Amino acid sequence: MKISPSKLISLLFFIFSGYYLYTAYQIQVFAFDENAPFNAKTFPIYLGFAGLVFSALYVILPETNPTDVDLRVLDYKKTIGLVILMILYGLTILRAGYFLSTSIFLVASYIILGERKWIWIFTLSFPFVAIFMYLLHGLLNIYLRDPFLKYLGIMG
Amino acid sequence: MIEGILIGLQTALSFKNLMMVMIGCFAGTIIGMLPGLGPMTAIALMIPITYGFDPSTGLILMAGVYYGAVFGGSTSSILINAPGVPGTVATSFDGYPMAQQGKAGKALAIAAYSSFAGGTISAIFLLIAAPSLSLISLSFRSPDYFGLMILGLTAVAAFSSKGNFLKAMMMVVLGLMLASVGQDTLSDIPRFTFNNMNLSDGISFVLVVMATFAMTEALTLIFKAKDPTKAAKQISLSQLGSIKLDKTETKKMVTTIPRSSVLGFIVGVLPGAGATIASFLAYGMERNFVNDEEKQKFGKGSVNGIAAPETANNAACSGSFVPLLTLGIPGSGTTAVMLGALLGFGIQPGPRLYQTNPEIFWSVIMSMYIGMVVLLILNLPLIPYIARVLATPRTFLIPLILFFSLTGVYLMSFNNFDIYLMIGIAVIATVLRLYNFPMPPLILAFVLGGLMEENLRRSLLISDGSWTFLWDRPLTLIIMLTIILIVGWQIYRSFFVKK
Repeated sequence: MKISPSKLISLLFFIFSGYYLYTAYQIQVFAFDENAPFNAKTFPIYLGFAGLVFSALYVILPETNPTDVDLRVLDYKKTIGLVILMILYGLTILRAGYFLSTSIFLVASYIILGERKWIWIFTLSFPFVAIFMYLLHGLLNIYLRDPFLKYLGIMG
Repeated sequence: MIEGILIGLQTALSFKNLMMVMIGCFAGTIIGMLPGLGPMTAIALMIPITYGFDPSTGLILMAGVYYGAVFGGSTSSILINAPGVPGTVATSFDGYPMAQQGKAGKALAIAAYSSFAGGTISAIFLLIAAPSLSLISLSFRSPDYFGLMILGLTAVAAFSSKGNFLKAMMMVVLGLMLASVGQDTLSDIPRFTFNNMNLSDGISFVLVVMATFAMTEALTLIFKAKDPTKAAKQISLSQLGSIKLDKTETKKMVTTIPRSSVLGFIVGVLPGAGATIASFLAYGMERNFVNDEEKQKFGKGSVNGIAAPETANNAACSGSFVPLLTLGIPGSGTTAVMLGALLGFGIQPGPRLYQTNPEIFWSVIMSMYIGMVVLLILNLPLIPYIARVLATPRTFLIPLILFFSLTGVYLMSFNNFDIYLMIGIAVIATVLRLYNFPMPPLILAFVLGGLMEENLRRSLLISDGSWTFLWDRPLTLIIMLTIILIVGWQIYRSFFVKK
């Protein structure tokens, strides 16, 4: 039996709703609130049931408007590359600071996407981030903690 | 009202706010022109920039971006037959054929003048309708609000589902589930936080919008190996032609604009309908209104065929602000993003906004009109040059979208947990979008989640746990019947209408 991707997603949503409902029932409410018409877990419980109903209906009923996606033409390599790069960005931003990690993130993502014009790669990374930081820090008064620039003595 | 208009004008016409309208219109035009990047993405990208602004200035910038993005969408529809936003698809039916005849400048001018006229007429309607509706909506009670929110969610799900109502309803539930993360507003009991301190305040609205729109859009472009700027590279400045209109063309527009404005505004006020439905309805209506000779020109570069949808989509944009400003309930994904931004500024839109923050209420309305003038005076002559900017390679464009999204979220919390959460949501949203699970219902549900729970809580407590509050008051009953009608119609369409 072949299951369509949309139905598979709905099935996953059904399982997720079941887990959400289970977690909703586990929410600890105050003793005096236990039998109140509405407490902290009432709304989530309704949502859990709604999720179960809609996803079950989609799985059970025939698909009237199926979505066909040719999976062979999708560019997995670049997409996964960029997702990994964003995770690495998240890992480095607190240690290396905003300026360095953001500039390197931009350089690496231009390269992953196939850009090879180095002048543009450089211009739209380090100087671009510096200008953006000046805009935030200097004009809009939004402080950005940056250990790297602090080490260089540029930022306080 | 006159006093309010003057307050609004004073705020909107300050140098800083005028600059914001101009920057907003300009940035919105550029972003809106890119196929796939609509007003929602454009506004989402602007949110972090507005952090340092006062609420009026921030909202004025976003209103400018909204109109600019709609105008930008029309431009790409006409020039490259690739509508930037669904609301401008109908414009491409006649705009692109006219551009192919070497009259792209003329088509752009018709679109700009119609947008301006539609925006002007609807701004007047908004001036009259919003304060009156604010007064009426003061009589609304919790059950009515709860009903209206369900109506808004159902309507948005119905209109954005493209025949997949159940998929849209799943997105509504997912949006509400995401909104339920964090401490309960009344009892402060943590829900779905899994003992993670980063989740105790809930998931940020900016994070969800950035993840489901800006970031997902960028990932989808890479995933599908699409280059939205490819067609723009072929545009030649000399091909655009004159932007001057002759007498006959102006005459045709004069008859089209008023009726399309009224239709667009009414459709815009309705929850969920918005600019797309308005533009298609106006196109269809105009085709029925014109004589047989003119009817033959539809689809081949008709003046009425461009003027009608352009007038209607702009009028609908103004109309969609009516439920937002008067009831505090957004009727579309774009106004949901605006509501989220308003809440971020600590402002609760609704009937009392008109009394408590008149300067915000009126300055937003006035800035919309100023935005129209800016688009007409500045953007129209600059279109050939803005179109050239679009030739920016996607190798730069996509990383820059990701950069703005990541920075926007980092600026809110200065921790990397939000970055990981955003990446996770964006990856899931990209897969969901690939299989036509619509995102606007998710955003609307996420924004309305808290308010919905609050109103349900109040209604159930007042009625002592009984669900009779859903039909006790005539107004609530009418709202509930409308919801049943929408759901019934969707079921009928899905299973009984042959495609």
